Amino acid sequence: MKAFAQLIKTIDSTNKTNLKVEALADYFQQVSDEDKVWTIAILSHRRPPRPVNTTLIREYASELANIPLWLFEESYHIVGDLAETIALVVPDSQQETEKSLTQYLEEMLALKKESDEVKKEYLVSNWKKLNYYERFVFTKLITGGFRIGVSQKLMTRALAKSTGIDEEVLAFKLMGNWNPNKISFQELILEENEADYLSKPYPFYLAYAIEDQPNDLGDPKDWLAEHKWDGIRSQVIIRKNQLFVWSRGEELVTDKYPEFEDFVGKLPNGIVLDGEILAYPNNEIGSFKDLQTRIGRKTVSKKLLEKTPVILKVYDILEYEGKDIRKKSFVDRRRILDQLHADFKDEISVFHLSEIMKFSAWDEMAKERENAREIKSEGLMIKRKNSTYGVGRKKGDWWKWKSDPFSIDAVLTYAMRGHGRRSNLFTDYTFGLWDDEHKELVTFAKAYSGLTDKEFKSLDAWIKKHTLERFGPVRSVEPYHVFEIAFEGIAESKRHKSGVATRFPRISRWRNDKKMGEANTLEDLKAMIPK
Amino acid sequence: MKTPLLAFNSKGIYCEAADVYIDAWKPVDKVIISHGHADHSRWGHQKYITHHDNVPIVKHRLGEVNIESKAYGESFTINNVKFSLHPAGHIIGSAQVRVEHKGEVWVFSGDYKDEADGVCTPFEAVPCHTFITECTFGLPAFKWKPQAEVFEEINQWWKQNQADGRTSVLFGYSLGKAQRLLKHLNPEIGKIYTHGAIENMTEVLRSLVDFPPTHLITRETTKVELNGNLVLAPPSAHGGTWIRKMTPYVTASASGWMTFRGARRRRAIDKGFVLSDHCDWNGLINSIKATGCEKVICTHGYTDIFAKYLRELGYDARTEKTQYEENED
Repeated sequence: MKAFAQLIKTIDSTNKTNLKVEALADYFQQVSDEDKVWTIAILSHRRPPRPVNTTLIREYASELANIPLWLFEESYHIVGDLAETIALVVPDSQQETEKSLTQYLEEMLALKKESDEVKKEYLVSNWKKLNYYERFVFTKLITGGFRIGVSQKLMTRALAKSTGIDEEVLAFKLMGNWNPNKISFQELILEENEADYLSKPYPFYLAYAIEDQPNDLGDPKDWLAEHKWDGIRSQVIIRKNQLFVWSRGEELVTDKYPEFEDFVGKLPNGIVLDGEILAYPNNEIGSFKDLQTRIGRKTVSKKLLEKTPVILKVYDILEYEGKDIRKKSFVDRRRILDQLHADFKDEISVFHLSEIMKFSAWDEMAKERENAREIKSEGLMIKRKNSTYGVGRKKGDWWKWKSDPFSIDAVLTYAMRGHGRRSNLFTDYTFGLWDDEHKELVTFAKAYSGLTDKEFKSLDAWIKKHTLERFGPVRSVEPYHVFEIAFEGIAESKRHKSGVATRFPRISRWRNDKKMGEANTLEDLKAMIPK
Repeated sequence: MKTPLLAFNSKGIYCEAADVYIDAWKPVDKVIISHGHADHSRWGHQKYITHHDNVPIVKHRLGEVNIESKAYGESFTINNVKFSLHPAGHIIGSAQVRVEHKGEVWVFSGDYKDEADGVCTPFEAVPCHTFITECTFGLPAFKWKPQAEVFEEINQWWKQNQADGRTSVLFGYSLGKAQRLLKHLNPEIGKIYTHGAIENMTEVLRSLVDFPPTHLITRETTKVELNGNLVLAPPSAHGGTWIRKMTPYVTASASGWMTFRGARRRRAIDKGFVLSDHCDWNGLINSIKATGCEKVICTHGYTDIFAKYLRELGYDARTEKTQYEENED
């Protein structure tokens, strides 16, 4: 644990990626194999289940800090991170721990079953004897969500550096379900393992967004386009007559989509398809909202299966005849996929192909993009013909060119402090639109992104001076500032006060040129809902 | 209702009995100034009264103004109201303002810290009935380490950067923090270079305090001569073109705000040292207790939270709005 806390401290002391990777690689050289496995697990979001609920954690911490609970809560809203708040408010200790990271995690795993008294004793005694960074790390492990400025990609790079194993190979090994408590470093990283290979997906290749026009990409003849489907990005694996469905969040979701059992026994074994799960009610592509009725369910009822069936819109093939074919060109992979689709589409009704479109001019492509909403796509994907299938988000070969978002001018009504690098700044906003009489503002969306750091800073200062009321961490502010809010989708909703749900709302512009009376009305918004 | 001895109005903190303001934010006839930071000593008043050591600072910032100066503890009377200045320990020349009238004593803290910093006269608690306190860091999350430990870390950091062949760029406000850093940096490690704003202010203060030598960065200063040395710069210099001259460099900021990991990341600074010229949580509470006051007025900072906690401790505490900066340090 000492080494792990020191690592976090070192990473916290630099803003430079190279130095972070170096620190991580050094760390991997130093620590035991079991600590390595746990570190990999933690930094790839495979933390153990939370052993104590956060309400109790807050109580114990405020008691140890000798402050009332309300004061602890206020501090938390301002610090913006629970573990950091606890590490700051409890009395300091200069001691260092001798226990390893693995020992701590094993203790935490065992703690879940214990009584509240035992849990309290465990937390308090550790808080008392750990120094600041150890306390912070310890609490972070308990409360979960270990985001500390090191992405999985950075961690993989560091691991590659310290083991000499290729980064892409490592990324593949780290995919899927593995239990840090059961697997050894030898099994996870060093060995070739036949059994867990069976369910393993490949790292997803992700596209970069085209901000403006695709013209800079050169000759359109070097590129192929397809629609950007608005569903769940997934890999469907058929190996040894078994089906595995993985979502992009590296979640195994096979059970949620029983329709895909149809692939098994029909498609040859040793196939990995990359595509989008889409709702398909009434034999046509549905909206993301339709799909949402399927996402949350653990078990899928017959009724739901009938009402909202799904299909797989396939756009790539990563493995064929049991071989990794990601290094073949996109055109070659598509040729295999197209043939496969032609052979099996009649037999497997869930097997749909994302159609390829060729363009000789970017203008033509722009026209196609304008039609996207009508066919329930989000815009276009542009892929380089001779590109291999990469790992993660890399600039160059895959681009997404989304449809222009919807937008509307709304008034800032509430603000809340942000988290992480926005701690202690009011950066989480609620926006309202005018009602029919233009008298009251009706809340329609929350947005957290879209302003520059400078704009956040000046809005933060304004909010502090123009607060009307405080409700815990939230402040109502004088209605004054108008913002252009962009969003990707819009639908009627019974759950929202406004009666409208928008998808991915964010601030596109601060309309300093507009007075609040000039903001849009709820009627304006409702008029945007597709009929 | 009786007019309070000190009232908060649209221009500043006003003593009606004496017809004088303290740290006014709008131009007034006569003002008592607690210290030289821009939000407390503003431009445009007819007459300034302040501590001796604050005079060169005010003149440097505001030019030739009508100014009268006092020593710590020296009392003076305006319209039968008795005033005196007392050390606030915030920066050189900073003072608390004690006001006494008809047996009632109020103290305005200005900005203050309870740790002796080796540069300015240390804070002294002044007994009073009503204490007007800042609470910039009025949350239990703020706890300062003794400054000797922080300076040990800072000097170690500099040494390590030097060993790695990098220039250390350390950010701190040009008045106050910069001189405190300068005083405690170890000049045996290397040379200390300064940004113009810091060089000028330090020059003004050299007659009052003994500082190690500094070297102003000019157009002619080269990367090679800077390498391994330390540069003191105001926070505003970060992100500009000026800093490129220091390449390869490592940045750090010395401020109470560096308590928050997010604050450091947001500013895209490599290293944060928690070093403040304000009181931490315990410093505020202990200072208030030491005044023996019954009433507390919380001005800038986490005023609502801090006042609520003071009420739980049994104080008659409330908040007042001022136009002093909340995020300075």
